[in-house]
Amino acid sequence: MQRYVVRRVAALAVTLFFVSLLIFVVVRVLPGDPALIILGLEASPETVARVRHALGLDQPIPVQYARWVGQALRGDLGRSIQYDLPVGTLILSRLAVTLPLTLLAAGFMIVAAIPLGVFAATRHRRWGDYLTMTLSQLGVAVPGFWAGLLLILLFSVRLGWVQSGGFDGWGAGLWPGLRSLLLPAIALGLFQFAVLARTTRSALLEVLREEYVKTARAKGVAERAVLFRHALRNALIPIVTVAGIQLGQLLAGSIILESVFYLPGLGRLTLAAISARDLPVVQGVVLFVASMIVTVNAAVDILYGLLDPRIRYG
Amino acid sequence: MADHRERRRRLSRALHHVTFVVGCLITLALLATAAISVIYTPRDPLEMSIAARLQGPSAAHPLGTDQFGRDILSRVMQGAITSILVGVIAVGIGMAVGGAFGIVSGYFGGWLDETFMRLVDAIQGFPAILSALLLTAVFKPTLTISMVAIGVAFLPVFARLTRASFLEFRDRDFVLAARALGAGDRALIGRHILPNTLPPLIVQATISFPVAILAEAGLSYLGLGTQPPNPSWGLMLKEAQGFLSLNPWYAIFPGGAIALTVLGLNLLGDGLRDVLDPKTASS
Repeated sequence: MQRYVVRRVAALAVTLFFVSLLIFVVVRVLPGDPALIILGLEASPETVARVRHALGLDQPIPVQYARWVGQALRGDLGRSIQYDLPVGTLILSRLAVTLPLTLLAAGFMIVAAIPLGVFAATRHRRWGDYLTMTLSQLGVAVPGFWAGLLLILLFSVRLGWVQSGGFDGWGAGLWPGLRSLLLPAIALGLFQFAVLARTTRSALLEVLREEYVKTARAKGVAERAVLFRHALRNALIPIVTVAGIQLGQLLAGSIILESVFYLPGLGRLTLAAISARDLPVVQGVVLFVASMIVTVNAAVDILYGLLDPRIRYG
Repeated sequence: MADHRERRRRLSRALHHVTFVVGCLITLALLATAAISVIYTPRDPLEMSIAARLQGPSAAHPLGTDQFGRDILSRVMQGAITSILVGVIAVGIGMAVGGAFGIVSGYFGGWLDETFMRLVDAIQGFPAILSALLLTAVFKPTLTISMVAIGVAFLPVFARLTRASFLEFRDRDFVLAARALGAGDRALIGRHILPNTLPPLIVQATISFPVAILAEAGLSYLGLGTQPPNPSWGLMLKEAQGFLSLNPWYAIFPGGAIALTVLGLNLLGDGLRDVLDPKTASS
């Protein structure tokens, strides 16, 4: 068991090295001078030389990479040109919006999808099943940002119940903060909700065909107990795996939804940084989000191994 | 003869499969719209008319007009071309590069396999939106950048599928026999193993195509894909957001076009899988 975890963690370290390398190659090695990207083409050669020196771009490429990664490992992601603040500080301040949004969407996804998937599986090939599957087909087809626009159109423009976007900060209280994130979280979680509902349904259907479920039924175990104690518990493994992987997707998806609802999170920070040619911020956010996704994926993999010994020894 | 009979059985199964037929019809409508819009749109999609701006649906403009008085129907029609183009090229990039990774990993194995798979794990950390942000920060936002970003996001799934098939086939008797007869690596890979790995890759391509369309719309909405004045469904939604209270139809039609297209392609993919492999049809 311990060996399996150690092996997975070592693989994660190699994967994170590749993540950093890919970002570095795009920013520093591909054609395009970061100093010129930051200053614009009209900058004087002296200014360009000064910025190149300040960013360490006059050093050999391997030295530049080692320096960048070394600093990142110590939590130093560079300094924002636009805000003149450490990139790490900026990311942390914007995470106060992005992280609750992602978690709220994940909560919505899990709370709505698993019961619906169970409902569909227990009514296999009946109206309840067809209705659920139609809903989930729609959920997969509707882009999250369009769902966001439709929610704004209904609840803000037509009914006037909520404001169409913006975030007053957590200082205004927990409820006002949560209220601003509610519609974006629903729009963000819609796609993943549909996927998870379908996963739950098919995982449960598969388990319900197993011999031990038939045995339990034959022994006269109540249908409720068969469903929840015998079937769902075993179907949870693929459900947990898919839900875990979806967390990373939700984090990336929040970048678009923040734009729809004007939320000051990581996504809007990055888009503003692109307009302001603030390369260290873009590089820092991309490194942070990609590392988070890869780490969550590896954690799900390890969890999967812990839950199912066949994976560990396979 | 048996082949012919099996094909007829599959065709009859397909024609009686509601999901497949509905998916086919919607997809055909999408392709027809894109094809027609190359030679004909009710109006010039770029023609502005300030007098006719932000109108709701009418006889002159069945889907209304945008903030410049441009005909939304004509722009939605031309947007279909962008979506299909991005879908085909992005899936092509993911399939070609991911496939190459999978071949090297699955065929040669050892440290090459380990290295490539860790690289694939790393690439999985870059959903299309993240690659697009990074590439746009370095280069300019263009349709090409969004195609590359979406293609990169598809790379891991195609790499893993190809690798799995190569692992399955590389030690089969017919491959070992070909090797014993003197076939080199290139011949073994290209002529003997690769053709056997294609069916799952084709199924995956049909699953990835609607995902690419959704991703392109999202990137264009953020301003990281198609650039104005060219019509793209995502870009139209971005523009429509500023006029939600003045002309809500402007936000409804392009979004509806995306949803309908993705729905049709998903139904087609599901139906195709059921028809080709009836064992999975029940779940």
